[in-house]
This record gives sequence, structure tokens and C-alpha cells, in this order.
Amino acid sequence: MQAERKNSAAKWLYGAITALVLIILPFVLEKGFSEYYLYLATKIMVWALFAMSFNLALGYGGMMSFGHAAFFGIGAYTCSLLLVKTSCPLPLAFVIAPFVAAGAGVIIGFFSVRIKGVFYFATITLSFAQLAYILAFKWRSFTFGDDGIQGIPIPALISTDETYINYYFFALIIIVICIYVLWKIVKSPFGLMLRSLRENPERATFVGMKVENYRLIAFVISAFFSGIAGVLYAFLETAISPDILFWSMSGEVILMGLLGGMHIFLGPALGATIMVLLNSFITSYTEYWGMVLGIALILIVLFFPKGVGGLMLEQYQKWMKRKGV
Amino acid sequence: MAILEIKGLRKSFGGVMAVAGMDLKVEDGHIDSIIGPNGAGKSTLFNLISGYYPCDEGRVFFKGQDITDLPPQKIAKMGIGRSFQVTNIFPKLTVFENIQATFLYTRGKGLKLFSDLKKFFTQEAEEILSNVGLIDQAGELAGILAAGDRKRLELGIVLATGPDLLLLDEPTCGMSPKETANTIDLIKEIAEKESLSVLFTEHKMDVVFGIAFHITVMNFGSIIAAGKPDDIRANEKVQQIYFGENRCSSK
Repeated sequence: MQAERKNSAAKWLYGAITALVLIILPFVLEKGFSEYYLYLATKIMVWALFAMSFNLALGYGGMMSFGHAAFFGIGAYTCSLLLVKTSCPLPLAFVIAPFVAAGAGVIIGFFSVRIKGVFYFATITLSFAQLAYILAFKWRSFTFGDDGIQGIPIPALISTDETYINYYFFALIIIVICIYVLWKIVKSPFGLMLRSLRENPERATFVGMKVENYRLIAFVISAFFSGIAGVLYAFLETAISPDILFWSMSGEVILMGLLGGMHIFLGPALGATIMVLLNSFITSYTEYWGMVLGIALILIVLFFPKGVGGLMLEQYQKWMKRKGV
Repeated sequence: MAILEIKGLRKSFGGVMAVAGMDLKVEDGHIDSIIGPNGAGKSTLFNLISGYYPCDEGRVFFKGQDITDLPPQKIAKMGIGRSFQVTNIFPKLTVFENIQATFLYTRGKGLKLFSDLKKFFTQEAEEILSNVGLIDQAGELAGILAAGDRKRLELGIVLATGPDLLLLDEPTCGMSPKETANTIDLIKEIAEKESLSVLFTEHKMDVVFGIAFHITVMNFGSIIAAGKPDDIRANEKVQQIYFGENRCSSK
């Protein structure tokens, strides 16, 4: 009982420290460094949300989706097109976008979740995502094709023209809410169902579970939150192109999950942080970002299959044990 | 009344007849056994009853209802719980979560997306764990349990589905003689307490004769003999194909 209380006190303390850091960080970055770092911090948060949404499918549901760029991109495109082509107010566009992404999740998921085997699952989700990419690329009259959508109108309150501070906090609030909801889902009965069917779908079937239904729901939730990440990305960049639907985007989010540790709740966020930072620093020295990334990943998969987050957690547990003894 | 009745069940894989037209009845409240050498078709029979494979021919009735070729999860929901020869659990969940997950599935609470997991079936899961003697390991990962404990955990999972009929595929496989005796007592005790019917397959003869009311002997997909333990022991054909081997190998 006492240990439990101590534990929850420690949790509040960590939470408060994290909150403080996240609130002070933008001011430190802006004053001490440059606006660019503030942009980078916001970008990391957006990718962290995308990676964690994706991880509900991969890490918790055991579904190796190679098509999550579709949901991210559909979220971004829906919101941007609504703002550019119609008089839809921004809050409404923001709300509609993730539902459209979730709708795409229903369609893609419907065909994918009943497929057995990682390889086929990856292939079919990849095919659907490439279809979305081709549509955005070729359907010029509707999507502006490879010109993309430039100058997405964003109200002054969260505009990034002068400073990223306002947008940072806007994104932070939304992302914290999303992550909290994801956390609730992971810790709910549904979360346990997902983990169990990832572990052993056969056993799950024999205790009376309709595996496909659970997987589909997880897939659609994952698509929904990926859509929100897409919208936040579009606002951050104020311009999007069909590239955000391309398969390499799906690949990057998978790598973030693997890099950070897909069986740890915050693992993918850590993976996103590392990858966005690496990308930014490496591309300022060499254009061979892809090569550096590839080598780093091979090393990680070979030597730290649980990801950087898994490695840190292991070390932490060892340290706690030693301290305990 | 028969809780399970099988009529003319047939299944072949390619040219191999795994189950060749079987009839079988399990009376309500009985603990019955199917024995037979490796490859006799015991596991295939279980897979047919529990809906894992489609049947080629024949019907399966459970509590008088035709359940032939229903999907496995439906059959499980109707009250047939099965364990596997190769222990089938959720290795990366804790022992407790294994049971809790099963409760959630079978009681239709798995879609609670935002509720606190701790509020669901904690007591019920603990009760089952103490019944199968695993309460002390509740927090451990199921995958690191010893073989005998894993079998018991699987029994716990099957019990948590709230079945009326247990299909146990070699429930003491991989256990020491002492563990075997304990497990058999446990199965008997639980079956009596919860008034369950049990159909199980076994290799170890002493196990079978210890608890079965009725024994069916299979070989090459067919029934060689069926009857009370004493009749089976006396049956010449059975001695030839089954005990003959055993006697030789034990000498």
C-alpha cells in the first residue's frame, strides 16, 4: 500500500517535470537557439503522434501495416482541400479530416485484417496506400497533382509566419490529449484483447474471440489518430505534396516504431525523436541520409531488437535491482 | 442425456484417412477418454469437434444442437472449451492476464475501449488461479512457466471460458508422475465441483484407467473398442495394438 502510494507520488512528480519541460522548452529553444529548433521540436511531436498511432496497429495489434502514410496523407489532404477549396471553417475541417482517415481505415482494414501472415498484410496495405498516392498525384483537378497544396490558410492565432510558439502549444495540447486517449485504450480491456491476439490468435479464437473484429477496430483507431497527425503536419508545413502519401513515409513510421521499441508505449515517440533529429543533423552534412539511416537500423535490429526504448528500460530495471539489493 | 454426440464423422487429408467414420457419445457429467497410438486421429477428432477443421462427412451434436462446421469461436461460446496437445497460452502476457483476457472475451467485455482494466474480473481470475494452483505466479510472464504449470494455466484458460464440456488434448503431456497425479485429481475435482463433462485424450494408461468412465480406443482413424475401463483392459484387440507396444517398451 505504502509502496503503491510512493509509486503514484513518483508518477505525479515525473509527470509534473515532463509538463514543465514541455512548457519551458519552446521559450528556451527560441531565445537560446533559433526558430528552426522550435520548428524541429514541433515536428518531432507531430511525428511522435503519428508513430504512436501507428504502433497501436503494429506493437499492440501485431499488424505490420506498410500503408499508414495513406491515413496520415488523407488526414492532411482532407483538411487542406476543405480549407483551400471550400469555405469550411478550420475547426470543422480539423474534425472532419481524421474521420475521413478513419473511413479509409475501415475500407483498407476490411480487406486486410482477415489476411494471415505479416508479409501479405504488409503487401495489401502498401498497395492501398500507393493507390491513394497515385490518386493524389494524378488527379490534378481535385488534388492539384504533384504541385501539391501551397499556402494552406491558417488563422493568425496559430500562424507560424512570425513564430512557432503559438503553433507549438496548439499542437502540444492536441497531441497530449491524443496520447492520453491512446494510453486509456492500451490500458483498457480492449488493449489486453489486442495484446493477447497479437500473442496467439489461435488461442484467442478458441476462447471465443472474433479476431478480425478486434483487429479492424484497432486499425481504424490507428488510422483516425494518424489522420490527426497528418492535419497537424499540414498546418506546420503550410504546404503538402503527394510525397506524404508515398510508401517511404509508411516505411519511416515503421522504422520509428522499431527504433524506439514497439512494445513500449512511448517507444515510437522516442524513435520519432531520434529519427527527426538525425535526419535534420545528417542532412546538413551529407545528402546520404538514407544510407546513414539504413546502417543505423541494421545495427539496431541486429543488436537491440527491442529498440532503443527497450534497451533503456532494461538498463533502468537492472539499475533498480542493483539499487534494491 | 448425451452432451456430445458424433455421428459418422469423416475427415481425410490428401489420401490419408485421419478420421474414418466415427460415432461417439459423451454422457452429461461423465469423464470419458480417447486413447490410441500416435497418429490414430485423436487430435484430428478434437479439431473437428471444436471447428478447427471442416468435416468431410458426418455430424456433431452438442447438447442436442447440430454444431457441425460452425466457426471455432462460436463453438467455444456455446460451451466447449478445449486445450491443446502443444500447450497453447499467451506467452507474453502475465499468468493473471491470460485468465483475465479469457474472461473478457467470453463475457463480451473486450470492446470496452476506455474503461480501467483493473475493474474487470479480477476476483474471478484470482479464484481460477487458486483453483489450478497458480495464484503465487499470477504476476509472472506465462512464457517462463515450467511445462507442467503451463498446462495448468491452459486448463485455467479453458475453465475461464465457462464451458460445459472440456476437450483436453493430453492434459498431462510433459508432466512428471507426481504432477500427473495432481493434475488428474484437479481435473476430477473441478469437473465434479462445476458439474462439467470431460473428454480427454491420453498416452499414459494409468491416467486413463484412474478417472475415465468410458474409454474409446482409436487406431488409424477408426474405433477399435469402446467400453468401461475393465472391458478395455480385457479386450484382446486393444492389448495387441496398444498394450502390446507398451509392455514391450516398458521391459
